Amino acid sequence: MSSHATTADEAQHGHPALQHHFENMEQQREAGTLGMWVFLVTEIMFFGGMFLAYTLYRSFYPAAFASASNHLDITLGAVNTGVLIFSSFTMAMAVYCTQVGKQRPQVVCLALTLILGLTFLGIKAVEYKSKWDDHLIPGRLFPGNPYNPTVAQHGDPDPHKLHLLEGATVEKVQMFYWIYFAMTGMHALHMIIGAGLITYLLIFSMKGRFDPEYHSPVEVIGLYWHFVDIVWIFLFPLLYLLGRHLEHG
Amino acid sequence: MSEHIVPVRIYVTIFLVLLVGTALTVMAAYVDFPWQFNTIVAMTIAVTKATFVVLYFMHVRYSTRLVWVIIGAALFWMAILFALTLSDFYTRPWLSTQTG
Repeated sequence: MSSHATTADEAQHGHPALQHHFENMEQQREAGTLGMWVFLVTEIMFFGGMFLAYTLYRSFYPAAFASASNHLDITLGAVNTGVLIFSSFTMAMAVYCTQVGKQRPQVVCLALTLILGLTFLGIKAVEYKSKWDDHLIPGRLFPGNPYNPTVAQHGDPDPHKLHLLEGATVEKVQMFYWIYFAMTGMHALHMIIGAGLITYLLIFSMKGRFDPEYHSPVEVIGLYWHFVDIVWIFLFPLLYLLGRHLEHG
Repeated sequence: MSEHIVPVRIYVTIFLVLLVGTALTVMAAYVDFPWQFNTIVAMTIAVTKATFVVLYFMHVRYSTRLVWVIIGAALFWMAILFALTLSDFYTRPWLSTQTG
């Protein structure tokens, strides 16, 4: 009788993670997933505005965008795409391991995801550094920019360093780099936030906080991580690959 | 629990598909297609990759209808954003009184 009462009690109150305003764990999980998707819609709107700006300026300055894009490192960009896809895979596996209740593989998958995310950011930093060294930061240091005091002093603007295609100007090339740094910068910020969230997951998964009944945090942060991956899936061809077929020699 | 658990086999398949897609888009970028087909090919591959991520990694294929409605609303909003803004910008030169 008493054991029966305990079962009834458990059925009523359920999992310790169940909040009082939800009927059961399934409803709580579905509400969490839905809420995350609503948040991701706001993210789509946010990145959508930047993709719109990109589309407009690229259609206005096609030659300048192709010229500027050819200065990005296609190998690092492609490797980073692979790294991010791999991290999305390990994140999906972390969700799977939680769903089937394998705690140790879950910790391993989350740790791998974090390492791959940080690898992406490291490679991105190397790319930013090389843009800095090449003076490809929008503003006064841009090569060939007539307002660059160094250039004015030595009278050597090195106009061919940019390998401008016909119709491209330094000012228009700068617009590409404004958009490049804005978009990859916002993406990198999302990666940094994501790395923080996965660190949180890692700590709590090592404490064994998540189980097949309760894994919404893993699932929901996974959704965010995959979203950031999708943004990069679009950024890579749009930023790195648009002018390669126009390069001759 | 009615929650659908995606098998590991599917995750591995999607992972490989995404890597192949990345390799394809890099190779296609060096081919000089006529007209705007470089962009069209690149975007087709990107949309395909994104669709696989959304359907399988993000479990949308097995999610409730409400999630589909939310995503549909987001895509519809993106279509409005692009269609109205681009039609504005592209038709501005039609006005002979354009200044600046």
